[in-house]
Amino acid sequence: MAFNEQNKASAEQETRSQDLLNLVSPPRADRLRRLAFWLVAAALLGYSAWASGVISLKLFTGLPKLGDAFLMMLVPSGFQHLPEFLWALMETVAMAFLGTLLAGLMAIPLALLCARTTFPIRILQFGFRRFSDSLRSLDYLIWALIFVRAIGLGPFAGILAIAVVDLGTLAKLYSEAIDNASRKPSEGVQAAGGTWLDSIRLGILPQVLPNILSATLYMWESNTRSATILGIVGAGGIGYQLADRLRVYEFGQASLMIILIIIAVASIDSLSGFLRRRLIGRQ
Amino acid sequence: MTSTPFDSFSHEWRKRRAANLRQGSLGGLLLLVALAFSLYVGQFDLWRLITGLPRITEFLGGMVPELHWATLDSDLAEWFWGLEKWLALLWTTLMMALFGTAAGTALGSALSFLAARNLGAAPLTVFLVRRVMEIARSVPDLVWALLFLFAFGLGPLPGVLAIGLHTLGAQGKLFAEVNENIDMAPLEGIRASGGTWLDEIRLGVLPQVLPNFTSYSLWRFELNVRTATVMGFVGAGGIGMELYQAISLNYFSDAGAILILVFLTVALIDMFSEWARLKLAGISSDHA
Repeated sequence: MAFNEQNKASAEQETRSQDLLNLVSPPRADRLRRLAFWLVAAALLGYSAWASGVISLKLFTGLPKLGDAFLMMLVPSGFQHLPEFLWALMETVAMAFLGTLLAGLMAIPLALLCARTTFPIRILQFGFRRFSDSLRSLDYLIWALIFVRAIGLGPFAGILAIAVVDLGTLAKLYSEAIDNASRKPSEGVQAAGGTWLDSIRLGILPQVLPNILSATLYMWESNTRSATILGIVGAGGIGYQLADRLRVYEFGQASLMIILIIIAVASIDSLSGFLRRRLIGRQ
Repeated sequence: MTSTPFDSFSHEWRKRRAANLRQGSLGGLLLLVALAFSLYVGQFDLWRLITGLPRITEFLGGMVPELHWATLDSDLAEWFWGLEKWLALLWTTLMMALFGTAAGTALGSALSFLAARNLGAAPLTVFLVRRVMEIARSVPDLVWALLFLFAFGLGPLPGVLAIGLHTLGAQGKLFAEVNENIDMAPLEGIRASGGTWLDEIRLGVLPQVLPNFTSYSLWRFELNVRTATVMGFVGAGGIGMELYQAISLNYFSDAGAILILVFLTVALIDMFSEWARLKLAGISSDHA
């Protein structure tokens, strides 16, 4: 018995030292596989650098100009336009707020259709999930451009673009929260004679509400960032002025706007953090 | 009347409910004010959406030209007449995202070791590196692209640099947080046996953080592919330029064809990335 245990211990020690040896000098097959992996990765990286135009003389000839631009950005200017910039910034903040709110409201019914727990017809549930995935596949700016063509210039197009993309994201996040919730409370509600709606309101909603709020607040922060550039295609917000000034090389004014954007984004982040602590009471 | 436990409970309950109601109505009021303000500033106008609907349907309808079963081949060929050019541009778009992600991630992970508070970097270094990364990620990638356009001219180069710089900032922050959550015991062992700082990073930190770094990088790649598709909106390379022109000049069927291609590419990349993430997760749990 004692001998056996000793034997086992020494065998264990042997495999452990073999592991260590493998770590220091891995077996040949492993080494070859690793080498092949790194060679392929390096080749792909080199090719991608070439294909995306990074390997070019322009990289060096452009550097002095880039330096000039950065120097000009060190001195923010255009303070006489401050009211205009601030109004555009408020537009940006409002777009993010409304877009997120709209998406969150629409995402709740869609999430119920996307979740296994609440929507039992598997094929349709899978279809709804793919549908919400597909909304996220096109960038905000593409949707913004489409809405600008359809309903004209202005922040409303940006709001709709944010709402459409985030409807997909939030429906996915909400439905994952619903699927992760325990089914027992809603089964209990149904067993006690509650309807489908009762079982969602009393059995599922209390469990998933913190997750839903947290995901929505996160998207609100992220949308404030996205909304700053939607103006590039004319969909409202400070992006319009920023792109305009950058295109005519007014780097001082651009710098002022970038500072304003950073302040706004940081304020929204801390407001969202405050709400998260108040409403969810975690972190 | 004597005070029973129930009385004190009901008293307490009423007090709390009143407090909740006060707070709730205050919060609701603030929400309403914010809502009204945003509706006004955001020029929210449902009527405009309703009157715009015909144009949206015209747009969506125009994106898919008439296809007949009998002549499906030639109809499709006519619809996707620019397929070769568009696929080449999509390939450039993917390569932009790939190189931007790789370069940004490599630099970001190197900087993340200097931005972590627990790996022995001087507090001033930590502070400075963190500020640099903050600027890199706070400026939107398209704004970086516009700035780089001034220096490097039209083409994918400014787009790649913009993606790379933004990625550097975003990854650096996430990676620094991962670094700060590691188990410090292996590092002490390496230091005790005479290893240098680089040995500590390579043998003590890297094995612990690599799974997280990889999964964040794949996720960032997905995001960057989406970003790369719109870089062309400002002239910074990829498929975006064609898409922008097709949509703004009302070439509906071209816009439709390009949108379908972009959509399929993004979906394909997402699927690949999800597969790779699951596979990597499987491998790392095997070793654990």
